[in-house]
Amino acid sequence: MSRSTSTTEPGWMRWLLIALALGFLLLNLALPLAAVFFEAFRKGWDAYVAGIIEPDAIAAMKLTLLVAAIAVPVNIVFGISAAWAITKFEFRFKSLLITLIDLPFSVSPVVSGLVYVLVFGLQGWLGPWLREHDVQIIFAVPGIVLATMFVTFPFVARELIPLMQEQGREDEEAAISLGANGWQTFTRVTLPNIRWGLLYGVLLCNARAMGEFGAVSVVSGHIRGLTNTMPLHIEILYNEYNFVAAFAVATLLAGLALVTLALKTLLEWRYRDQLHVGGH
Amino acid sequence: MTTVALPAATPRARRGLVERSIMPGFGLTMGFTVFYLSVIVLIPLSAVFITTAGMGFDGFVEVALSQRALYAYRLSFGAAAIAASINAVFGLVVAWVLVRYEFPGKRLVNALVDLPFALPTAVAGIALTALYAPNGWIGAWLAPHGIKVAFQPLGVVVALTFIGLPFVVRTVEPVLADLGPEVEEAAASLGAGRWQTFARVIWPAILPALATGFALAFARAVGEYGSVIFIAGNMPYKSEIAPLLIVMQLEQYNIPGATAIAATMLIASFVLLFAINLLQGWSRRRMAA
Repeated sequence: MSRSTSTTEPGWMRWLLIALALGFLLLNLALPLAAVFFEAFRKGWDAYVAGIIEPDAIAAMKLTLLVAAIAVPVNIVFGISAAWAITKFEFRFKSLLITLIDLPFSVSPVVSGLVYVLVFGLQGWLGPWLREHDVQIIFAVPGIVLATMFVTFPFVARELIPLMQEQGREDEEAAISLGANGWQTFTRVTLPNIRWGLLYGVLLCNARAMGEFGAVSVVSGHIRGLTNTMPLHIEILYNEYNFVAAFAVATLLAGLALVTLALKTLLEWRYRDQLHVGGH
Repeated sequence: MTTVALPAATPRARRGLVERSIMPGFGLTMGFTVFYLSVIVLIPLSAVFITTAGMGFDGFVEVALSQRALYAYRLSFGAAAIAASINAVFGLVVAWVLVRYEFPGKRLVNALVDLPFALPTAVAGIALTALYAPNGWIGAWLAPHGIKVAFQPLGVVVALTFIGLPFVVRTVEPVLADLGPEVEEAAASLGAGRWQTFARVIWPAILPALATGFALAFARAVGEYGSVIFIAGNMPYKSEIAPLLIVMQLEQYNIPGATAIAATMLIASFVLLFAINLLQGWSRRRMAA
């Protein structure tokens, strides 16, 4: 971008600002990321591998994958259906509905877990009934899945709503008037239009689902090998002063974050016009 | 947390709740949306307020406004305000540099800004603790100067600064990018110096976005848990944040106590959400003007 000298800063000022920005990002973002890998390999490759292939770590990885494999698809279905209802129709209280969909982002993760304890816990609303029927939700996998669904709730919807709003409904109306049914219209017209935006939302949703700590921590019960997700397993190892193993498992999640960022950047670069890139 | 801008509803044929349309699937998609929203979000959230209401006013005050809780709120809100201020300053510089200047590695830097969104908070927490502990890369360097960060309230600020940065950068960036060079050229041709142009032309245009970014970073920081608890030291009356106090109450099976503090935090979140909506409205009007 070339600007005339009257609308840009003197050279020394530009370099000062660039140095300031890069210095801050280095200190605040790059160093913590580097520290994860440095601490993980502090005692060598064997100690690193031992931390990862330990049975409790494997169990934590499986649970994290399972939770994401349930929470993400459900949120995809919800996100598409909310975006369809909101962008293809006019109805009252629409802006209220959008605000409510965004609500989980303003709730502390700890409170997001607590709400399910109040509903499904032993002393909760459904507690006595669940106990009678021998169903356990809190301190078990279903609670972890629910808490994850709560914190990842808005991701897909908030990506698709503005995107489908921009695209309008002429394409779909044309398909319907040519005799297509609703499902055909969705799969052959809408889905191809929104696929990159959908993928973008799913990426962010998945990163949060696999990395969530606070909400899951409240409902998990921290039973080793059973109800520990990867972030919770990291906490236990860390509190036991088993730092190498904690950071070893952390490198996997940091790797997931880096892959997420790389794919996100690729999507933004390649399909910028087919995304709605907004804040979170 | 950017709310979606919707065009004004078309006035035609609006008799009931829904406008008639040839598009199919309203009942199905709207039904599922409202059902899922109620089951996953609204009913569980209402449990906080209904349980709190059952405690009675005195019971609520005893826990939610106890000395220990007041210290925790002060730390959570105070550290969040300091961290959001640091992010407002550096976030503006980062956004400015990303929009206005060219330098090698810019695309990589741009991707790195979103790291706090993608990196799990527990990973950020242990990494920051390792860095700022007395024997860490940064801690060892600060220790001879008598500055302690890890296991101190200052550690809370460090963690909240880490997670808040992208909120400011990603809110200010599009507004800066939209600001055409014409107004700055006009200011310059009328004899304004670069600093005057910034203070009188650019600053008023980006202020609403900067305030929104600050509020988003602040709101996120107030409720943050994972990245903080490792570095904070978690001493009651000193370095214990409000979300941790909720967890402490739960671990002692004091569910009403946890709920009372959660209700206070939720009300604060709703007030912040309302403020953010007002700020975004201001920002949009400023951009449209």
